[in-house]
Amino acid sequence: MTIAALALIVLAAAPWWAGRADLRLSLACLWNLMAGYAGLVSVGQQAFVGFGGYMLFALTIFGGLHPIAAILLAGVLAAALSVPIAALIFRLKGAYFAIGTWVVAEVFRLTFAQISSLGGGSGSSLPVGIVRSLADSRSGREALSYWLALGAAVTVITCVYLFLRSRRGLALTAIRDSEVAASGLGIDIWRTRLEVYVVTSAFTAVIGGLLFLQKLRISPDAAFSVNDWTAFVIFIVVIGGIGTLEGPIIGTILFFLLRETLADFGTIYLMVLGAVAIVVMLKAPKGVWGLVRDRFDLELFPLGYRVRTDKKGD
Amino acid sequence: MSEPLLKLSGLDAHYGDFQALFGVDMEVAKGEVIAIIGANGAGKTTLMRSISGLLPNRSDQVTFKDQPIGSLRADQVAYAGIALVPEGRQLFKSLSVEENLKLGGTVARDGPWSLEAVYDLFPILRERRNQPSTSLSGGQQQMVAIGRALMSNPELILFDEISLGLAPVIIKSIYQALPNIISGGMTAVIVEQDITKALAVSSRVYCLQEGRVSLTGRVEDITRDQITAAYFGLAA
Amino acid sequence: MIEWVNAIVQGILLGGLYALFAAGLSLIFGVMRLVNIAHGDLIILAAYLGLSTTTILGIHPFVALLIVMPAMAGIGYILQRGLLNHTLGGDILPPLLVTFGLSVIVQNALLEGYTADPQKLNAGAVETASIAVGELSLGVLPLLTFGMAVAVIAGLQWIFYSTALGRGFRAVSNNQDIAQLMGLNKAHVFGLAMALALAVTAIAGILLGVRTSFDPAIGGGRLIFGFEAVIIGGLGNSWGTLAGGVILGVAQTIGAKIDPGWQVLAGHIAFLVVLAVRPNGLFPRVEH
Repeated sequence: MTIAALALIVLAAAPWWAGRADLRLSLACLWNLMAGYAGLVSVGQQAFVGFGGYMLFALTIFGGLHPIAAILLAGVLAAALSVPIAALIFRLKGAYFAIGTWVVAEVFRLTFAQISSLGGGSGSSLPVGIVRSLADSRSGREALSYWLALGAAVTVITCVYLFLRSRRGLALTAIRDSEVAASGLGIDIWRTRLEVYVVTSAFTAVIGGLLFLQKLRISPDAAFSVNDWTAFVIFIVVIGGIGTLEGPIIGTILFFLLRETLADFGTIYLMVLGAVAIVVMLKAPKGVWGLVRDRFDLELFPLGYRVRTDKKGD
Repeated sequence: MSEPLLKLSGLDAHYGDFQALFGVDMEVAKGEVIAIIGANGAGKTTLMRSISGLLPNRSDQVTFKDQPIGSLRADQVAYAGIALVPEGRQLFKSLSVEENLKLGGTVARDGPWSLEAVYDLFPILRERRNQPSTSLSGGQQQMVAIGRALMSNPELILFDEISLGLAPVIIKSIYQALPNIISGGMTAVIVEQDITKALAVSSRVYCLQEGRVSLTGRVEDITRDQITAAYFGLAA
Repeated sequence: MIEWVNAIVQGILLGGLYALFAAGLSLIFGVMRLVNIAHGDLIILAAYLGLSTTTILGIHPFVALLIVMPAMAGIGYILQRGLLNHTLGGDILPPLLVTFGLSVIVQNALLEGYTADPQKLNAGAVETASIAVGELSLGVLPLLTFGMAVAVIAGLQWIFYSTALGRGFRAVSNNQDIAQLMGLNKAHVFGLAMALALAVTAIAGILLGVRTSFDPAIGGGRLIFGFEAVIIGGLGNSWGTLAGGVILGVAQTIGAKIDPGWQVLAGHIAFLVVLAVRPNGLFPRVEH
């Protein structure tokens, strides 16, 4: 646990990039929970990122809510919305499910692009009054935004960790390892997956709200961008180590380190990340953390159960 | 004795961490019919999979016509001249009877076996040539599986439990056709749970027990008691 | 009234293009249970290859097919044997994540190579030519596209059910091990299947490029249309996919008639409705 605390201190002590990093880290942890643990590989989480962002704008502008309240309410709304969505797309399996999530994200994007009061296709900016309601000064807002992001990351990681340690979480791991065996034990696979999907969507929407609170401007293409909210997230998790709690953290750190060296945030960076992710998936499926863990027998977050064998007998 | 057609030398077969065969030695001369018997889980099918290339091993552990084939892929082994009639028939579900047979002829070696020759051997298949393979009875499916293996004109044909799940009268008719099948110098290895049938058509027998050869010898030299002991792993 | 009939007819013809998007996708799924998320981007790649070919050689896009089809087939074979074969196996994550990564790479490679400017293939008079049928005016290009879709599906059916190659595809998809026993090298068979699928995407890409402008980012949308056509039509049924494409096309054109901005959304909604009431599609067949 000391290493975890150290990592947290590192994150907290680097404000200039940590604000962005924390939110991406949160998205990565959430995607990892769905894909690495629940076996629900989504390429459509941007649906909820954008939804959260748009709800922030809608609820503050038209509902008069304080931005923080709006963001939290966005999470609740996302949870409610995710249930009927799940009812539909859970009928699809594997890769078809993944593409189904993408269709849902596209529906969100196209729908919000039709809402002219929120800026339609070109988007809108957060009104000055609402921005001011956060804090009076620019630096005050940035600090608030930073602490919110850090808080979100800590909350997400803690929640995911506690969840995985709980009975539900154990059920998830059982399902991931063997569906047949899991259902034989009486675990309701569909329901467990639904719970994960709902919770993940809710948190993702909250993160989306925080993201666009930072950006102060929203548009359908930015809100529902596959590249920004899904491609990078997936690559981070795969490289870091899918299906482990430490993976997304390692991945996010690597992501930002790499970005410093490659400078450009655009096409080349994406291609390199994509290629690295492919190589990792084929050669070292447990990611960088998997390599480190196997080599040094480490565990940042105690999640596994180890069987001690008596080396002498047996 | 001239060089055996097929030779297994210290064959160890693994499924992941689990070892199924331990140092199996075996020889099959050209034109011989060998029986392999043993209880469930003794390793008979693992042996078939190893010879046919479905299970990769060290290349020198399986030798065919003096060539090491232990690490070859199954399709390469097929081209070398070994055919397997797999356990449980395993016909291609979405192919008709004739398509299954034609697929068996992918490896187009020279020899007496052709589509017409297989239909002459099993006339009932000619009647059902265009029917989906799944619509046939168990015995007829077995005929297709055998015919499919013959279509490649192999030098060595492996039969993995062809009597499994079939009615006794069907088993009898298939075994009656066996001499026709393995005439013309074809070498055969027959894996069977039905010991009587297997011993009736073969000249030598190997008994497997928990992955090891527990007994081997000429059929006429071995007694029932020896077989029982070797089969169940009882002390002699 | 006639305008609605016109919209429906246009939708039917549009369905041909979507069926072409879907054809390669379902071929690969049928043979090796792989869903290639990069499929849409490969269609766009074919369109760009067509662009370069027509620009460099100064030939008509349809003539360029003679070069683009073999090129895409070659790319498919190498892609399958070099990369995708290694993702096949029990686990669902590798094929998904690798093809997703591939999709991102192809998209961005095209972006680097060709910039984000929209491009279009120039096919001359055929783009605007039309045939009058009663009060309707049917474009030659959409008719041609629909005809190509029918021809491609019929051709693929013929390959699958009347040739040794197709027999091999079906055998390998039934039982990889036993097919291997019969002398089929499954790595090679899969490579051929992908080559065939990408040859079809070449046709889809060229026809797309002639019909509308394209840029590196639209691959994902094409994948989704192909996928929707497959799901609406029902898995495992090639002609069903054509029907699925038609339904999708009609939903889109009717949506566009109501409001041009609703075209794509209408298609998605039709897809979701089918998913809700008929999760196995309209004409599902038992998987072969």
